Parts: sequence; structure tokens; C-alpha cells
Amino acid sequence: MTDSKTVISCSNVWKLFGKNPSVYLNSIPENTPYDKIANDGYITAVRQVSLNIVEGEMIVIMGLSGSGKSTLVRCFARLLDITKGNIWVDGEDLAKLSETQLIELRRKKMGMVFQNFGLLPHRNVLDNVAFPLEMRGQGVHERRERALEMIELVGLNGREEYYPRELSGGQQQRVGIARSLAIEPDIWFLDEPFSALDPLIRREMQDEFLRLQEMLNKTIVFITHDFDEAIRLADRIAIMKDGAIEQCDTPDQIVLKPATEYVSKFTLEIEKARVVHAKGMLQNPTTEDTRIADFAVSGEKTIQELARILVNEDFDFYPVENSDGKNLGFLNRKEALEVLIGPANA
Amino acid sequence: MLENPIKSDSLLGLSNIIWAYVFLALSLVLVISKGVLPEGIHRPPSFLVFPFADWINAFFVFIRDDLGLIHVSRAVSSGVEWLLDVTANLLYGKHRWPRIGPIPWSAIAATAFIIGYGLGGIRLSLISGGTFVWIALMGQWKWAMETLSVIIVATPIAVLIGLIFGTFAWRSRAFERILNPILNLAQTMPHFAYMIPVVVFIGVGPKAGAIVTVIFAVPPMIRMTLLGLRSVSPEVIEGGKMSGSSGWQLLRFVRIPTARTEILIGVNQVIMQCLAMVVLASFIGMPGLGQKLLQLLQSLKIGKSVEIGISIVLIAITLDRCTQAWAKREPVHFPKGSSILVRNKFLFVWLVLFVLFVILGQFIPILDQVKRNQAFSISAPIEVGVDWLVITLDPITQWIRWFLITWVLIPLRNFYLWVPFTAILALLACFGFKIGGLRSALICTTFFTLIAMTGWWDRTMITVYTVTVAVIIAAIIGFPLGMFASFGERSSKTVLLICDTLQTFPSFIYLIPVVMLFGVNDVAVIGAVVLFAAVPLIRYTIEGLRNVDPQIIEASQMSGANKFQTLFKARLPLAIPTIMVGVNQSVMFSLFMVIIAAFIGTQDLGQEMQRALSFTDVGKGLVLGIIVSFIGLMVDHLIMTWSYSRKQILGIQ
Repeated sequence: MTDSKTVISCSNVWKLFGKNPSVYLNSIPENTPYDKIANDGYITAVRQVSLNIVEGEMIVIMGLSGSGKSTLVRCFARLLDITKGNIWVDGEDLAKLSETQLIELRRKKMGMVFQNFGLLPHRNVLDNVAFPLEMRGQGVHERRERALEMIELVGLNGREEYYPRELSGGQQQRVGIARSLAIEPDIWFLDEPFSALDPLIRREMQDEFLRLQEMLNKTIVFITHDFDEAIRLADRIAIMKDGAIEQCDTPDQIVLKPATEYVSKFTLEIEKARVVHAKGMLQNPTTEDTRIADFAVSGEKTIQELARILVNEDFDFYPVENSDGKNLGFLNRKEALEVLIGPANA
Repeated sequence: MLENPIKSDSLLGLSNIIWAYVFLALSLVLVISKGVLPEGIHRPPSFLVFPFADWINAFFVFIRDDLGLIHVSRAVSSGVEWLLDVTANLLYGKHRWPRIGPIPWSAIAATAFIIGYGLGGIRLSLISGGTFVWIALMGQWKWAMETLSVIIVATPIAVLIGLIFGTFAWRSRAFERILNPILNLAQTMPHFAYMIPVVVFIGVGPKAGAIVTVIFAVPPMIRMTLLGLRSVSPEVIEGGKMSGSSGWQLLRFVRIPTARTEILIGVNQVIMQCLAMVVLASFIGMPGLGQKLLQLLQSLKIGKSVEIGISIVLIAITLDRCTQAWAKREPVHFPKGSSILVRNKFLFVWLVLFVLFVILGQFIPILDQVKRNQAFSISAPIEVGVDWLVITLDPITQWIRWFLITWVLIPLRNFYLWVPFTAILALLACFGFKIGGLRSALICTTFFTLIAMTGWWDRTMITVYTVTVAVIIAAIIGFPLGMFASFGERSSKTVLLICDTLQTFPSFIYLIPVVMLFGVNDVAVIGAVVLFAAVPLIRYTIEGLRNVDPQIIEASQMSGANKFQTLFKARLPLAIPTIMVGVNQSVMFSLFMVIIAAFIGTQDLGQEMQRALSFTDVGKGLVLGIIVSFIGLMVDHLIMTWSYSRKQILGIQ
């Protein structure tokens, strides 16, 4: 993915809440612990975050409530001003934008979905979806047409004239999604979009979301407190604690090599074989006398999906190839079996 | 109006409670040694009394004549007068532009019927439509329309001003900080205090009535606008921002529409305040139902007063219920493909009915105007009934009057007047320290020291005495009634509904039954105040008792408590902070009522206020108004501080 363009880039971003955060932040050393800052009356919502998000990527920011994930995404959209550091969106320094430029940026490039939907209660579905278009001054017919398209896309056709309070939670969030997509944004922020929904609907909405993502292929920043959801959706996961990113990596790597104890707590309950892909554990054979399989496995398959092969075909390594048949590397059978059934000495 | 209680501060190393006892002792010493101490301790000495009224008058003369504000106010009032003339022409045919009117009463009643139906179904439509039919049939059409025309003109102006100020206060904390004490003062000043400056600048008559109504109705609108804008969910605002709204778009399309309910409740309050004020504005020559009621009450024509009273009450209920229904209305979609006729069915039905009645009015005169000699009257049977009631109840009312005057009112009044003012200040300091510490003690004593400095100490004491007596009697009636009603779900709801309805009545209405029963004297004043003050007491008692966490009730029931044990051991202790809020409101209502009741004969601040009104003495009127406001604000501070800290201790809210 190195050839892709960076869409959002941030370096050493801090966000403190309190009386006079920027003066205070400059007066303390960078490694001041969270509790010390809290004792001084400040909440560290975002701490020393550096991150690059590339075009077309879906990054999931995961953390428990109060870990600063929602604050971070609001900094990306400049709904909140950061205390220290820099954020660039499409190469432009967000902090330097004027109010008008910022509004322009939101009107053209950004869409956001909220946990509790954030719909306007006095407007019906159609007018809610058309709202961003109305804000940027598009004509009535044009915006109606586009809004109807979006409503169709999220499967709410026939309910254009319903008011938000007449819809179920899942339907309301579909309106929220349609609204955020109406201006065809390049960057799509989703702040715990499915957390307020009950588990069955949540699953359904996740599938729906994956379908949309496949169609639209946007750069996505997705916030969740649900690790399963993160693993299900993410290209990369950033795990946050006390405002800082503990680890930012692919789901495979997070599960296989948790960077900190905190991260490994999340991975404990996870069935690793369902998460890890063959391409996530690539290795080169070390010695000459290894037995390499005479067939290749697909890198896109999870270890779980390869279980039958791993058990039946007794080789030391299997070649791994991508969908075009190009060789990516090799999968170590012993390690893969460990992922599947646990360490050998257990 | 709620301040945080300050508990931890201590003065000279002594705790608040010790200071409270010190001041209590001081107060007692001052009372006991009254005979020995110099005169300056009993009554505010003359060097303490400042001519505030003269200063205010000088100031008003300065801004009126030297700054030329009189021209501004004339211009404003002529604008208002023009609007009033238009509505007057349409509603009751005053000979002014556009010279169309009067619209037939039947067409207006049909309009009211449709509005009621659209907002609240058949029941509300019967109330709203019925109100206008009643008014027409009783031959009160012109007076009622005079009253309504002022409300129609004043409400939008007050709402607009309130919205603008509320929005500014929401945008700027500094502005809010300046505005807040002014609003506190404005909302505790009696109605009459507003009238005097208006008479100075505008004169008397309908336009003065309309302008004083606007001024009086603005504060609650500001408060509700502020509350509404604050309560919009942050996600909705972020949603608006991410949709690319600019600051103005955010306010216009997101914040204000989302705050709709609060803003409309503000509109409801504005309308109810307008009605209360427009009835009272009869004192400054505002024609209409209020003026008729005033004249009839003064000449003790009870039957006719009751008729007018019913009309005012019906108008109050109609306006209140319709605006409440409007505020609570949720948007509903129409089925897909509904035609324009279905979507706007109320508008079309109204148009058809309106045109129909306008045309019918041309041919059937009774549908156009009900002439005085065609009007019904129920005053004769009422008169008979009231006479019978008064004669039957006479022994009781006589006895109540005798008992109250000889054993309660006169001794208490003499006592209040006898107590040295320094002792009262010390007692207030004691309360202040006990309830909220040094800050509260300072607030209370400052308010009353300022009152002493105005030179109206004795009059103030009479007002305070009337309010004390009335609130105590109201509590004796209200608490048991509230407790009793709170036992059942149905009875609670019924009594709450009655209280809500009673609270919408303009205060003036409460004078009718007491004048009817007791005549024009001190007891009637107390009676009116008691009636008015008991309503919030009952209401908050029920609400306090009913809103106790059901788990606590279940726990006490499972501990084997019977109905009364549950009430006294579980419900009541938890409900008391809420009940005290009721007491607070009851005191505020009493203060308003005491001043209004002045015209049936009191010797307190209200009587002086009436005099100031008839001599258009702005300085005196404002000083008296501010005194009343200070009493109110002090009581409010003490009770709300207590209630707040009590809730903190109990861990509720």
C-alpha cells in the first residue's frame, strides 16, 4: 500500500480538556503520566498520536469509552481544535484553514455518521438526506434527485416522507449514512455507528456497510468499542488507551503479535484462526531441507479456512499466492497449526 | 436562580452553625431589650434613609427629556397603535384602516374550532370553539376582542424580542451574566411596577397596555430560548457542522428548529403572561374584559363579574391548551401520494367554513353580531345562588372573619411592626448562616438593609406579614390535600390537572370568589392570596410525593411499612426538597397577589404602589417594585439553596 496517497496524516497530536490546556501542555514534559495530568485538572483525550491514513483504506479506531477515540475523529474533522501537533488532510494543515475553507472542506470532502444518528427531528428522511446539499446551495430538483438515489442505496425507498421519530434505530442510522454520503465525500468518518443498535440489527448493518464500502471504496475512519466489529471490518486497527495509540496494525498482526499487555487482553478471547490470513503470517523457509508443498494456497484465506489442508497435507511450508496467482511468500505449517489449535506444549 | 451552597467557608474560624446561633442570640437580645435601646435600633434612623425615588425620578426626567427618549417611545407606540388599530378593525370593527371588519363572530369561532381540532382533536376543538360561542352569546364580544387584539399584537413582538435576546445571551456568556440578574429582578417585580414607567413614556390606553404587556412577557421567552438552544444534542449540531453548515445556517436550520419544543413552551408562557397582564392593564386604562371586571367588582356586581370571569378563564384555558398542544406536536408523515387537499385538509376546511360564515353573516345578522339586547345572561341566577350561599355561609364567614382579624391578623401585624428592624436583620443573618453560610447571610441582610434604607420599612413589614399568614394558611390547607391526593394514581392526576388549569388563570380572577364571600376587607385579601398560593403548594406536594424512586417505596413496603408509615418515613423525607420548591413558588405568587389585592384595601406596599400609579410617580413605583422583588429574591435564595443542598445530601438528582 506504499504507493497509495496519504489522505489524513497527523503527527504528535495532543488534545487536552481543561481550563487553559495549551499553556499547561507546554509547561509539562511529554512523558507526564495520564494520572498526573488528571490530578492537575486536565483530561488527556488524545496523546502523542501520529498516524497516516492512506486513500481507500479502512482504519478502525478501537478503544473503551473514555479512551479518546471519538475525540480523535472529531479532531480529524476539526469539530474540535487540537491542543498541540499537526493534522494534514490532503496535504493541507487543518489548523490553518479559515472558517470558510473548513466549511468548504466539509461540504466537498467529508461525511460523518454519528452514534445517536444526529438527525434533524423536524425534517423528514428526504430533507435530512438532502440537508448537506441544501447547505452548499444546490437546487431543489438536483438535491432531491441525489437524495432519492442515496435513500435507494441504503434501502429506505418508500419512506422518504417519514420523520426520524417514526423510524426504528437501524432505519435512522441508514438515514444518517445516506446523509453522510450525499455529497460524495472522499473521507468518511463513522463514530460508533452501530453501537446504539441491538446485536441482530448491528450484524445486519455491518454487512450492509461492507457492501457499501465495496461499492464506494472510500477512505474510512471507523470508531468502535467492539473488538469483534473492529476485526470484522478493518484494514488496520488502532487501539487506544488513555488517549494514546497502543498499537496500530492489521488485524492479523494485532492478534498474532499484540504490542502491549493491554492489547493482548483484547485478543485473549478471540479465535485467532478466524482472524489471521495466510498472507498475514508470511515467512521464508530457513533451511534447505524443508519440505515445501507442490501447490499454493490463497493469501486471502484465513487459517480456519485452510484447516483441512493444514491437517491433511504434511509439508513444512506452503507457498502463498495472491488472487492473480503471484507468489507472496510461504506459510509455516507448524506456526499455522499453533494458531489453529494452540501451542504444541499446551 | 439556583446558587451552589457554600458549606466549607468559615468566618474568624467559627463554623457557620455557631455564627447562626450568635445572630439568633443577638436577635433575641435586641427584641428583649427593646425598651432600653435607642430609637435608631427599632426603626431605620433617618440618616440611613436615602431618597432613592427622587434619584430615579431625576434619572427618568433626564432620559425622557434631555436624551429625548420620549420621541423614541412615541414613535414605537404609534407603530404599536397602528397594529392595534388593524386588529381592532378586523375583530370588532373599530373605524380604522383597513376598514373591512368586523369579521362575523361565527367565522372567528369556526377558526378557533378548526385550530383546536387540528392541534388536539375534538375535545380541544370543543373548548376553543365553545369559548368563542360563549363569549358571543353572553354579549361580551367587543370586550373580549379588545383584550384579544392586544394579545395578538403583543405576543409576536414579545416572542421576537425574547428570541433575539435569548440568542444573544446564548452566544455571549458575558451578556448572559449581565442579563441574568435583570431577568431575576424582572420576574419578581409586581405587575404594577412595570406600568408606571410605561404611563410616563407612553401614556394610558390600549397602546400603553400592549407595550407594558410586551415588556412583562419578554423575560420567560428569553429564558426558554436560552434553555432550548442549550439543550440541543451535541450530535445534532455536529451533524449540522459536518453537513457543511455555516454559523448562520446552523442557527437557522439546526439549532432553532431543534429547540422548537422549548421555544414553543416559551411562546405559551408569553401568551399566558400577556393575558395576565392585559387583564391587569385595565388599571392604566386598557379597555376590555379586565376593565369590565374591575368596574363590576368595584360595584360588587357579583353575577356579572362571574360571567366575565368565566370568559377570561375560558380564554386562558383555550390559549394554554392550544399552545401546549402545538408545542408537544410531533411531525407525522402523510401516506405516499396524498393529494394536496389531504395534506392541507385543515386549511381547506377552515377556508370553506370561514367563507361560509362570512357570507351567512351578511344574511343572518345573529351570526354576524350578537347585539346587547339579544345576549343571554346568567347573572340573575348566579346572583340568586351567590346570595343564598353568602347568607347560608354567613355565620361561618362571619366567624372566620372575626377569628382571623382579632386573634391572628391584628396581633401578628402588631408584632411584625413592633419587632426592631435590627432584630430582623440579625434573624436573617442567622437563617443565612444556617442554610448557606456567609454568602447567604450577606445576601439576605443586604437585601433587607437596602429595603430599610428606602424608608418603607413598616409597609414592607405589613406585606411580609400578609404573605407569611397567607402561606401558612395555604400550607395548612395545601399539604394535607396534596398528601391525600397523592395516595392514588387517579386522584393525583385529577388534582394535578386542576392545579395546572388553575395556574393558567390570570391572578385577577381569584379576587371574584373572595370578594363574593367576604366582601371588601383584609380577610378577602388574605383569602385571595391563600387561594392563589395554595395551588403551587398542592402541586409540588403531589409531584414530590409521587416522584420518589419506586424502589425505595417497594423496599419500605417489604420492610412491612403500612400506608402512613410509607408516607411519613419514606416518601415525605425524600419529597421535602421538591415540596420546598412549591413553598418558594407559593411565596412568589403571594407577593404578586398581595400587590394586586391592594385595590380591595390593604395598607401595605401594594396600596402605595396604587398611589404611585395614580400619581405616575416612577421613582416611588420602581422603589416599591424593587422592594417586593428583593423580598422575593431573598426567599428564593434561601429556599432554593436549602433545597439544593438537601437534594445533594439525599443523593437525588
